[in-house]
This record gives sequence, C-alpha cells and structure tokens, in this order.
Amino acid sequence: MSVNAPASSRTAGVTLAWRWASYHSEGLPVIPILILLILGFLAIFAEFVAPHNPEVGTLSLRFRPPAWIAGGSSEYLLGTDHIGRDVLSRLIFGARVSMLVGFLAVLFAGFVGTVLGILAGYIGSWVDQVIMRLTDAWLALPALMFAIFLAAIVGPSEFNIVIILGLVYWTRYARVIRGEVLSLKERDFVRLAIVAGCSKWTIMRRHILPNVLNTAIVLATLMLGVVIVTEAALSFLGVGVPPPKPAWGLMLADGKKGLMAGYWWLTVFPGVCIVLMVLAANLLGDWLRVKLDPQLRQL
Amino acid sequence: MSDRPLLELDKLSTHYVTGRGTRTVKAVDEVSITLRAGETLGIVGESGSGKTTLALSILRLLPTAAHIVSGSMHFEGEDLLAKSPGEMRRMRGKRIAMILQDPMASLNPLFTVGDQVAEPVRIHEHTSRRSARERAGSLLRSVKIPAVTQRLREYPHQMSGGMRQRIVGAIAISCEPGLLIADEPTTSLDVTIQAQYLKLLREIQRERGLALIFITHNLGIVAHMCDSVAVMYAGRVVESGPVRRIFNAPAHPYTRALVESIPRLGEGPERLTAIDGHPPDLISLPAGCAFHPRCPQVIDRCRIEAPDTVEVEPDHRARCWVMAPGPRSRA
Repeated sequence: MSVNAPASSRTAGVTLAWRWASYHSEGLPVIPILILLILGFLAIFAEFVAPHNPEVGTLSLRFRPPAWIAGGSSEYLLGTDHIGRDVLSRLIFGARVSMLVGFLAVLFAGFVGTVLGILAGYIGSWVDQVIMRLTDAWLALPALMFAIFLAAIVGPSEFNIVIILGLVYWTRYARVIRGEVLSLKERDFVRLAIVAGCSKWTIMRRHILPNVLNTAIVLATLMLGVVIVTEAALSFLGVGVPPPKPAWGLMLADGKKGLMAGYWWLTVFPGVCIVLMVLAANLLGDWLRVKLDPQLRQL
Repeated sequence: MSDRPLLELDKLSTHYVTGRGTRTVKAVDEVSITLRAGETLGIVGESGSGKTTLALSILRLLPTAAHIVSGSMHFEGEDLLAKSPGEMRRMRGKRIAMILQDPMASLNPLFTVGDQVAEPVRIHEHTSRRSARERAGSLLRSVKIPAVTQRLREYPHQMSGGMRQRIVGAIAISCEPGLLIADEPTTSLDVTIQAQYLKLLREIQRERGLALIFITHNLGIVAHMCDSVAVMYAGRVVESGPVRRIFNAPAHPYTRALVESIPRLGEGPERLTAIDGHPPDLISLPAGCAFHPRCPQVIDRCRIEAPDTVEVEPDHRARCWVMAPGPRSRA
C-alpha cells in the first residue's frame, strides 16, 4: 500500500489538473462572466439601482461607516465619504466610468499597438525603424506627465481620457507584438505562405495576426488594471474624469486622506471593485487564450 | 513543346554581399541547368554548397543581402528575372511550388488543415471557399490521406509527421504547378516514412507530368528518384549529367569521392573512403578550382585557374582541368 499511495495521490493531482483544464476549455468561465455582467448591469442602469445621488452629499452625514458597524445606518449601506455622499451609489455610477474608460482605452491602445507592432515586425527595414524609434521616444516620456500634457491640450472628458490613455499605452503593445512577429516570421509556416505566393498583407492578416492575438489578449488583461489606476491618478490630478462625477480610481484617490483617520471604507470598496473587474477580465482573457489555441482547446 | 526546356538557367550567379559591400560570397556561381517537363533533377552537395540559395534564386525569394548578379533564368520561355515582384508572387505556388526543408513546421498551428490546403487555390484562382474546400478534399485524397472529411477539419498538431508532410505536399501541388522544388523534404522523417513519401512524390509527378528539382545530400535518394544530377561544390555545379552516368562513371574527382563514400552492401569490411579536408570557406575561396586543396588528382593548373565546363559526353559535363584533355574537350 505504501508503494501505491504516492501513485494514487499523483493520479488525484492529475485528475484535478484535468478538471481545471476542462473547466477552462469546455465550460464558459461562469464566475468572471457573472462579475462582468453584474458590473455592466449596474453601470447601464445606475440611475435606477443607486439609492442616492452620487454627486450630492449631506455634510452633516459625512464619514458614516458601513451599515453593519456601530454608527452606520441601513440608508447608507457602505457608508458615506468626506462630504457625505453615499459610497454605494458612487460605486455604482463609478462602474460606468471605469468600465467604459478601462475597456475602451485598452481596446484602443491594443488596436493601435498591435497594428503598428505587426507592421514594424513583418515589413522591417525603414518601417520598423520609424515605428520603433517613435515607440522608444514615446516610452521615454513619463506616462503620467504625457497624459497630463495631452489632457491639458484636449481638455478633460470621459471620451478624451480614452483617447489619451490609448495614446499613452499603445507602445507597450507595439513592443511586445513586434518581438512576437519577429520570431513568427522565421517560422516555417510563414515561409511556406511566401513560397505559396501569399502577398505581404495576406500573410500579416492570415498568418501573423491570429498568432499574436493571444499575446495581445493577455497583455490587454494586464493593462486593464494599469489603465484604471492611471485614470485614477489623472482624476486625482484634476485632468481626468471631471470631479463630481464618480470614478473608482478617483474615489480611491480621494479616500486616501481618510485612511489614517480610520475611514477605511472609502478606499477598500472601490479597491475591491477594481480588483474584481481586473480579475474577472484576467480570467476571461485566460479562457479566451485557451479557446483561441487549437492545441490547448483539444485537451 | 517538349523540346523546349521547362526551366533553363544560364550561368546564373547569386552573391551575398556583406554590409558595406566589402566582401562577397559567391553562393551560386555560374550555374547552368536545364530541366524539361516531367523530369527530375537532383541537386546534391555538402551543406553550404549553395543548393538552397539556388532554389531561392529560382523563386526570387532571396534574403536582402543576396543578389542575382548575372546570368539568365527562363521558365516556360518567360524571363524570370524580368518579372515584377507582383508577377513573381503570382508565379509562386501556382506555376513553381516549393516544399521546404522542414515541412513538419510548415503548417500554421491555428488553422485547420482544410483551410491551409485550400489557401493557395483561393489566393491564385480566387475560387469560393466551398469549391476550394472541395479541391482540398481531392488533394488530400491524392496524397493518400485516410478519412479526408474528418482530417480537413482537424489541426496540424493532431497529425503525425508523415501525414503533415503529405499535407505540405498536397499544398505544393494544389495549383498544379509545372515545377516543384523540394528542398531536403525528407531529412526530418524516419527511413520508412521517407520511402513512402518519395514513392508518393514520384507517383504524383508521373500523374501530373510535374518537373521536380530535388535538393538533397542523400545520394541514395538521388539514385532512386532522379533522371539527372547536378553536383554542387562551393557554389558551382562541378558535374552534371544523367544519373546512371554520374554514378557509374563520375568524371569529376569530387563526384568520384562522393560516390565512393557510399557504403555498399556485400562488400568486405573495408573502411569507407572519406574526402580529406574541410569544405572551403566561401568568403576566402582557394584560388583556381575551389576543390583543389582536397583533390587527389590535383595538377598545377588547378591552383591557378578555375576550370571551365567540359563536355565529357553529350549531356554529361564537368568542371575539371583533368578532364580537359579528354575526348570532345571544349574547343
């Protein structure tokens, strides 16, 4: 028996890994989709769901703790902030801004970066030089300074924030994708496509793009967190989403001051929301990555 | 039609030029080849003797550092060197196809086999997805892949090496090219699969009247597959002619050494003859004949002057001074 024991535990491990793999490849990832659906629902129907006006507070009711703590009331489930606004309502309305800005900015940056990365990597020569030197110069600028600079030019608004964040972060995609393309274009299936008479554009579209998509998706799920936090920083500096409007990042930044005084609910709840959204996006991205790769899909 | 060669290279030279043009490597040097429809030409030589560069020259797919510097190249009477890049692209895969050195890695892992076999058809003949798919099915059948309808929907990683190889073969013949260049297509396969694959290639060739250029360093395969052979050494064709002639009566000392280095069944336990020395450094080729430092029959003239092509017999040519005084020497 003692000989068999490790073997059986190993099989148990394998089955577990197997289950995990099949959970990933077959079923939809229920939890992340649920999280994103709920957040999306709240974002869309914020007016009907939120119990209070998120932009107007009652100063006499400032710094109320969450309902389940002594001093809290059921009227303000997650407490109130430094000017007496309901945290829950602000979170619900904040979902709208954060999801919109987060996803659109990542998408925009990903699109620009992937296209430029593929062009630079595949065409090479002067196209590569121009795009990559531009990327280098772009990366040399501090992201936040650059974003502030852009925001100062176009003025703060939700739409502009998307453009700004996209313009700031495309370089990361361009770099990574270009590297990926450089190794892909030496692969034999690309050579076969050349020998078979495919044009450059056909090869980039049919053979290169699908093969870098995985990398782009993984990068996008990672970038989502970065983008939301940058948006927060911009909001905090007054060049992001214009102030009375709630955004999770902005709430986080505002709540920082209260943290030392024990008003933890001002930072923890928006923080939890950001974590949930990024995590959900990550899991979804992971599932998508597996789903897009035929080799893993068959497992 | 049959008297006009399908492919005719005349003194084609492809050189690699280093960064500032300070050094040139003559990867292919004054190579002349003629190939008729339905014929098989074997190109043999050591690694680095210019076989692959020659193949890429024919397709005009050379790396940026390499240039075709002189000579001419005609395919079905058309001057390949005069074609625009776009015209050349339309030839590739349609009229001249190629099988790469490692066909195992030649398939895109993200697409089904059906998509990939259909791709050249769709590119070159702009057929609909469905009819391309039907073509793909019949192509797979012609390379003897079982359970075609199922295989079409599968991905490359679900197939064995030999099967992937045959699929690459199917892609190569999908547009019914006149010429197929196979660059060491069997090096990554084991011997039994190799034999099957070669047999299949020959069948396909016979059925479709395909001309085949077979690049290899395996003399056994050449003896088996080819009508004629060109032996390359340091970028030059040192000897060319019908397979039987080359194997039975090699004229050039290098070819002779190659043939003698093949192990034979039924011979005593003597040591195999090896060729002394190393292949030459292409950047600094020896003066005169590139083979002279290793040649057992070297004469003074070899060290000074590069030999011209000499016709040993009709269709059998060699580049060697030792052959020069033989019958029918060049005037």
